[in-house]
Amino acid sequence: MDIFLQQIINGLVQGSIYALVALGYTMVYGIMGLINFAHGEVVMIGTLVTISVAGFLIKAGMPVMFAGLAGLTVSVLVCMALGWGLERVAYRPLRNAPRLTPLITAIGMSIVLQNVAMIIWGRNYLTFPALLPSVAFEFAGAHFTAVQVIIVLVSALTMLALLFLIYRTRLGMAMRATSQNPAVASLMGVNINRVIAAAFIIGSALGALAGVMVGTYYEIAHYQMGFMLGLKAFTAAVLGGIGNLAGAMLGGILLGLIEALGAGYIGDLTGGFLGSHYQDIFAFLVLIVVLMFKPSGLFGEKTGDRA
Amino acid sequence: MQAKLSVVALSIASVFALSACGEKEAPKPVEAPPAAAPVAPPPKPEVTVKLGHVAPMTGPQAHLGKDNENGALLAIEELNAQGLEIGGAKVKFELLAEDDQADPKQGTIVAQKLVDAKVNGVIGHLNSGTTIPASKLYSDAGIPQISGSATNPKYTQQGFKTAFRVMANDIQQGKALGEFAAKQGVKTVAIIDDRTAYGQGLADEFKKGAEANGLKVVATEYTNDKATDFKAILTKIKSKKADLVFYGGMDAQGGPMAKQMADLGIKAKFLGGDGVCTPEFMKLGGAATEGHFCSLPGMPLEKLAKGPEFKDKFVKKFNGEIQLYAPYVYDAVMVMADSMKRANSVEAAKFLPEIGKTNYDGVTAKITFDEFGDLTGGAISVYQYKGGKLEYVTTVGAPVDVAKAEVKEAVGEVKEAVKAVAGAAAEAGKDAIKAGADAVKDAAEATKAAVEKK
Repeated sequence: MDIFLQQIINGLVQGSIYALVALGYTMVYGIMGLINFAHGEVVMIGTLVTISVAGFLIKAGMPVMFAGLAGLTVSVLVCMALGWGLERVAYRPLRNAPRLTPLITAIGMSIVLQNVAMIIWGRNYLTFPALLPSVAFEFAGAHFTAVQVIIVLVSALTMLALLFLIYRTRLGMAMRATSQNPAVASLMGVNINRVIAAAFIIGSALGALAGVMVGTYYEIAHYQMGFMLGLKAFTAAVLGGIGNLAGAMLGGILLGLIEALGAGYIGDLTGGFLGSHYQDIFAFLVLIVVLMFKPSGLFGEKTGDRA
Repeated sequence: MQAKLSVVALSIASVFALSACGEKEAPKPVEAPPAAAPVAPPPKPEVTVKLGHVAPMTGPQAHLGKDNENGALLAIEELNAQGLEIGGAKVKFELLAEDDQADPKQGTIVAQKLVDAKVNGVIGHLNSGTTIPASKLYSDAGIPQISGSATNPKYTQQGFKTAFRVMANDIQQGKALGEFAAKQGVKTVAIIDDRTAYGQGLADEFKKGAEANGLKVVATEYTNDKATDFKAILTKIKSKKADLVFYGGMDAQGGPMAKQMADLGIKAKFLGGDGVCTPEFMKLGGAATEGHFCSLPGMPLEKLAKGPEFKDKFVKKFNGEIQLYAPYVYDAVMVMADSMKRANSVEAAKFLPEIGKTNYDGVTAKITFDEFGDLTGGAISVYQYKGGKLEYVTTVGAPVDVAKAEVKEAVGEVKEAVKAVAGAAAEAGKDAIKAGADAVKDAAEATKAAVEKK
């Protein structure tokens, strides 16, 4: 039983990380129907910038907590600028292009960002400074750390803040209007360019936040860390219904839980026929089944046919 | 639109799932080219020898790939500084460095590229998973290949005359580690591997070694060479209460794994092969690596005659620590150059037979090859992570051949001494007899020492 509980905790934390990244995907998709594959790389840049800034400040003698906060602030700002730049340079010129073009551009930007990061930060793994004291708890035989609790809380709070932004503010209203019909929205006086740029900037800020969380959790970073994370988070977003904030959150946590329980029990369930290397099969099987019966994902809303 | 989206999502998901599954399948080497004629050195006084070097220069193992390349670059630089003359021409060595991304498919693509570029020899690849499929292409083209780090036994067991390695293979390593684990008083072990040719091969050999020494394998789990989260499989291992966790894989996964073991309150010791015996492992695992073990083929660099000198040269030139295989790759280049010298030719067809006859005193070992192209009598050293440093613990599975040779030499000395006694007796000189008897005594002691060492 304690093992089951431990696996639930493992899955919940992993899932919260997926969810935090998935929010960035879903935010951009919901507004302009673009799958921003470079989002995983934005997360990676967020982590690496934090390492550089916090590492420098810690060396300069600043208390670890403040250095961490400063690192977080700088990386959020850098990623916001990056998100804005990506939209301005790579996606805005293609706004009226066929659907596939911006998708391919996004994959291209992802590769560009990876290589830029490789040039700046090198090929080696970097260690993320321990920003939070490693306090461990034990509950009913299951171990968890303060970092894990914070990750789950931050993801939940971020999602609530986003929901507030979308449904309770003017910008949110403009975003919803753009999502429904950009042409009509612009006729109603909504500045489409500004709304889309805002979506990228907010999504990238979330990416930076996710990057710091991932870094604090695993305490390692590498210029390729964003790729796999981005892919899984994208899967989570699709699972929950891409374009839907609550769906991204739920999809992320669901994916984390499926992976943890899959890896933990697949061997025993199949009598050793399938080992834990088949854990991804569970995740993708669930995705395929969900898409077969509910093509818009678990929470997906019907959106207008446009691109 | 929705239908479109689900199609896009599905196809992306399936591509990903396929690529995830595909990694386990033996990659099909691209169609082998007709045996390319080896380049004839132009009748000019200067000839350029092109050596291919392949390692992952991007991706999670890029740090190890760069390390290998640095080892090769150092060797090439020294060779060029020596101003070698082979076959009457001044030789200039040139490194054609390729990136295989640690991916078997990419490995065969760059191998083909090197074959087309008509390289004189290939150093590499780094990973067993890329080395094995690529070795067929080199064999078909008659290009000699020496790997400094591919330890999977299969590499040299395919019957290719062109395949050599300057490091002990995983059969030796797995056996030695099994013995070592048993000596540590471990009763139950859990095994994790990363499903690469190297990780899986090493884990399988360790399993054999552990079971041969009476250990019980209580869990076998898997991850992959790009993973960062191991909590799910470690939690399962925790429930099986293993005394030791063995990991067949590389440092990029091993370090975080050791850390997550500590997070989950697992008290078992961690043991890994050469892939985790790096400074990077300790950097990534932090304090959680303290007291864990890993092994490296060969003897520690500090204990080798040319080791410290090599380390100084390397650190000075590249302004950084040796990660792992650089000295082995350095030796691989030197062995190839040495074979060219002995053959007095840079043509692959001519110097290939000489590689098999190598007897080269390298940085990492005295290099001789057996009939398969494997290093003879490779020793395995075990290290413990202590205070952020790799501390040498012991050498397991002592180099049998070396010990044998020492015994033989000592026996020879005894015989000679006896002869000396006989000769002395003939001269009937009392002093001479005494001297002869002393010599016998000394030689006998030498024999005893050699036997004990073995």
